[in-house]
Amino acid sequence: MILARVVGTVVATRKDPRLEGKKLLVLKPISPEGNDEAGYVVAVDTVSAGYRERVIAVAGSSARMAEGCKGTPVDTAIIGIVDDVRLD
Amino acid sequence: MNLGKVVGCVWCTAKDRHIEGQRLLLVQPITPELRNTGKRIVCGDATGAGAGEIVYWVRGREASIALAPAEPPFDATIVGIVDSIHIKPPAEPPPAPPKREGRHPKGKAC
Repeated sequence: MILARVVGTVVATRKDPRLEGKKLLVLKPISPEGNDEAGYVVAVDTVSAGYRERVIAVAGSSARMAEGCKGTPVDTAIIGIVDDVRLD
Repeated sequence: MNLGKVVGCVWCTAKDRHIEGQRLLLVQPITPELRNTGKRIVCGDATGAGAGEIVYWVRGREASIALAPAEPPFDATIVGIVDSIHIKPPAEPPPAPPKREGRHPKGKAC
């Protein structure tokens, strides 16, 4: 899984019918210290995350194991809103 | 599977119901020589690993199978704690055969 910050939303009218009703968010990967890293990713939100929140995103076929994503064409899903990251 | 070192942990209150009760650890991928390589990632934990421990972890769909029967939506999971790593150095080329000297090609005395 990666740490990321919610930086925007995606709106799509024409889409796979199995994605109807799913919230799509734009994520910016971040380091554990909170610094931005390269690239962006679009993810399905299963936990009602909000703008600028830090989240955990799961990628690949495991994303379909997330709540409500079974049998859907999804390869990245948000599975948690981060409260705290502690570095030892 | 990959080697890594546990460098921290992540707390989440609002999360997918399938990952409730699961530990989330920050892992720094490392080489067998224990040098850091690549970005730190968030891993589930199937072993009870602690801070600073060398572990190995799986990536992909297999990461959720490691936590069966719960099968949470994880794409990286720690599946073992490393006790020791042994690396055999590359084999040296075999020594050249000793050269024979002072012999006539046909074996006759000169």
